[in-house]
Amino acid sequence: MKSAIPFFIAATLFAGSAQAEVSVKDAWVRATVPQQKATGAFMQLQANSAANLVAASSPLTPDVEVHEMTMDGDVMRMRQIKELALPAGKTVELKPGGYHIMLLNLKKQIREGETVPLTLVIKNKDGKEESLRVMAPVRALNAGAKPMEPHHHQ
Amino acid sequence: MLHLSMRRQLLLAGVVSCSLLLGACKRSAAPVFHGNDITGAQFAQDFRLTDPDGKERTLADFRGKAVAVFFGYTQCPDVCPTALSRAVEVKRLLGPDAGRFQVVFVTVDPERDTPVVLKAYMAAFDPGFIALYGSPQRIADTATSYRVMYRKVPTASSYSMDHTSSTFVYDPDGNLRLQLRHAMSASDFADDIRTLLHS
Repeated sequence: MKSAIPFFIAATLFAGSAQAEVSVKDAWVRATVPQQKATGAFMQLQANSAANLVAASSPLTPDVEVHEMTMDGDVMRMRQIKELALPAGKTVELKPGGYHIMLLNLKKQIREGETVPLTLVIKNKDGKEESLRVMAPVRALNAGAKPMEPHHHQ
Repeated sequence: MLHLSMRRQLLLAGVVSCSLLLGACKRSAAPVFHGNDITGAQFAQDFRLTDPDGKERTLADFRGKAVAVFFGYTQCPDVCPTALSRAVEVKRLLGPDAGRFQVVFVTVDPERDTPVVLKAYMAAFDPGFIALYGSPQRIADTATSYRVMYRKVPTASSYSMDHTSSTFVYDPDGNLRLQLRHAMSASDFADDIRTLLHS
């Protein structure tokens, strides 16, 4: 399997302050086909002190939202959420079947092998916002729900 | 000693005849599925929708194949690609039977899922998969006849679609047989298709 190279960023952009330090692992974006207007970004986030993911942005589109997918019986529901809690020391997975970052109203196709820049806005307990840059490789449209590592999966 | 071994023999005979009986039972009784057997249900009988080449399709076009129909939308980052990836895996698991398995994807978002998008999207998974669309009214009528719910949910800059995620499976004669939940594994799914093809 291609492009499942663990993508690791130690977010040390918070230098000089005792703010929430957030690490991002295995970030990826699902490829699109021409004229497809939306896709999802997935990753694992871990904050060393409690924080919230409150927004995300990308140069590819002005419309980036954080969504949550839930199953209600056999009905799939998708909702935009205002913030995603990142409890201290806990890995929060953005993955198919749960949370994800939506890139909407895309102007051009996103191809496998490209890299999508994303900026995550993290708000710490004191209400201070910091941004975190993530370079997410694009995986094939048919990339599976689970990456290669034998992670506990529901 | 003798007594004991006789008893053992009897026991053994019992076990053998039981398993023979069970085997016989298994052959004659209705097939057992992992999914929900809805044989005889009166909904989800057929569809009349358009494929990306502009051709009108109904279930009759796929006679001789087990057909899996499900609803979704390509702007979905999640359930739909997962379901299609699983369908690819099911086809792989079916091996020599793969040629008698047809995947049909019905869009609930004809506004954004143009024929061009649908065709390319299916091809990214398996060029043999067929995506169908129709006018908003036709899609609504089809969903109703399948007891499939879908709803446009606005977000800040766009919308998403809530929708029923189960798959409807027909036998090679075009009879509705199974409703499979989204959470079902590829191997259980493939087992059920194989059972349908061989029963």
